[in-house]
Amino acid sequence: MTQIASGEVKKLKLQAEEIRRSLLQIVYSAKAGHIGGSLSSVEVETALYFHVLNVDPSNPLDPERDRFILSKGHSVEAYYAVLAAKGFISKELLDTYGHFGSTLAGHPTKKVPGIELNSGALGHGLSVGVGLAIAARMDKKSFKTFVLMGDGEQGEGSIYEAAMSASHYKLGNLVAIIDRNTLQISGLTEVVMSLEPMRARWEAFGWQVFDVQGNDMEDLVKTFDAFDYENDKPKLIISHTTKGNGISYMEKVAKWHHGVPDEAQYQQALQEIDARINALK
Amino acid sequence: MSTENTIPCRKMFTDTLLELAKKDKDILAVTTDARGSVTLDSFAKELPAQFVELGIAEQNAVGVGAGLASAGKKPYVCGPACFYVARSLEQVKVDVAYSQNNVKILGVSGGVSYGALGFSHHSLHDIAVLRTFPGMEVALPCDIYQTKKLVEFLVNHPNPVYIRVGRNAVPNVYESIDCPFEFGKANTLLQGTDLTIIGTGETVWHCLQAGRKLAELGIHARVLDMHTLKPFDKEAVVKAAAETGRILTVEEHSIYGGLGSAVAEIVVQENPVPMRILGIPDENVLHGTALEIFHYYGIDAEGIAKAALELLQK
Repeated sequence: MTQIASGEVKKLKLQAEEIRRSLLQIVYSAKAGHIGGSLSSVEVETALYFHVLNVDPSNPLDPERDRFILSKGHSVEAYYAVLAAKGFISKELLDTYGHFGSTLAGHPTKKVPGIELNSGALGHGLSVGVGLAIAARMDKKSFKTFVLMGDGEQGEGSIYEAAMSASHYKLGNLVAIIDRNTLQISGLTEVVMSLEPMRARWEAFGWQVFDVQGNDMEDLVKTFDAFDYENDKPKLIISHTTKGNGISYMEKVAKWHHGVPDEAQYQQALQEIDARINALK
Repeated sequence: MSTENTIPCRKMFTDTLLELAKKDKDILAVTTDARGSVTLDSFAKELPAQFVELGIAEQNAVGVGAGLASAGKKPYVCGPACFYVARSLEQVKVDVAYSQNNVKILGVSGGVSYGALGFSHHSLHDIAVLRTFPGMEVALPCDIYQTKKLVEFLVNHPNPVYIRVGRNAVPNVYESIDCPFEFGKANTLLQGTDLTIIGTGETVWHCLQAGRKLAELGIHARVLDMHTLKPFDKEAVVKAAAETGRILTVEEHSIYGGLGSAVAEIVVQENPVPMRILGIPDENVLHGTALEIFHYYGIDAEGIAKAALELLQK
């Protein structure tokens, strides 16, 4: 277990806010996107790409690389912003998002360097993650696999097939993350279809479960740093987040599942983010 | 030539795969409580480290297959065709075809192999659906020799492929393992210029028998074995239309969207000639053995010969 310096946490927080700014610009410029779930997952993706994952933008297909799968593929704007910040794609490419013929589709595709799976249909990513984790064990490779799912996505039954198989095969090298922002497109998850008790359900499937404040960089980093990937328990992070996090009028409002701010809203959002960026600099 | 055979194609497939897997640790068999139906018992026993059991969970099996392939493995996800092209169809579409992961889906006991078990266990839509997925290839071998050739080809082929074989042993169409086989290219089994009969999978043997019956009547039918449905041998169809003037297609599949449709799409655009599509009509199939069902719907040698004579009157 490594001890992270407070200076590094601050750097990660700043990185996350810059990514938040970038994804806001993508959505505003494209006039499309699933902004709410992108905003809630910014910190966890930033922690992964800038602290946890062994990935190299100059060698995106390195067989030893850690794997990340965005199973909640609709939150692609955060993902593109992260990949650009990390150097997998150019910042200019981000400007093409939403334009005819762009490499950057509304859901992730392998055409984009760094992306492992074409996703978008919910409930698929964890099974693919199980396959990757089994392959690593078969070949005695040390790479780890991380799968980010939505909480509304937990309605898909295939996830529980995958959950069962991950504990059956004792995949300690597999980490699933649920972006628990409590809202799905139609409203509160607990009104649409109850997902609780989430922790007990996953523990019953044989997983090690960690409740984390998913918009709190320090909590995320501490949790990831404590993982033992060699043990025989697949790990689930229930990442408690705020949908629309970091843009006040979008927070906890279901209609911002997808939505595009108007000019005034865009300026307000930029001001809010920039204030935090300046405070962190 | 004897056409007698007691080995089901699924057994030839898995036996061949096992021998190849002994030399290549990346070849994996993945299944869903179907090791018996698929005939994977020997594989599981001899190469347990290359065998992945996932229980009755086809969606997960296809997704896991995609993950294994993504890490460089060569997974064969095996189970009854009826489940893999229905319940886990979205995983085949997105995780395999769209994501171009090198997964082979082996659908056993396809078509009406499970005749008496009813429509839940039939797979009469697989060709229609899978040939519309960009990046997905489809093959239906007709006998054990061709099955062996196909497996030997597949292990070095990087693309996603769906393979359908039946449950029961079927007569040999070819004489030996030295049969000609080129993925994506039809084989001409009988030369002829009066009409062309095109079959795929288990109907090929019946097409050949029908061709021989017709020859006794002085009618010379060309018989084509269209073992690969995608990529599709367009050239063979264009030639058949030009050189024989009439085409009869025969498939253990819905008359919608399968072999007949693929041929018709080419014929109407390239060289319209009279055609007849034999297959399973748009109805719930009567329960019975596969051969009883073949006979009832006229996709056995007798029904094919009769349809050929009718087509020649057009």
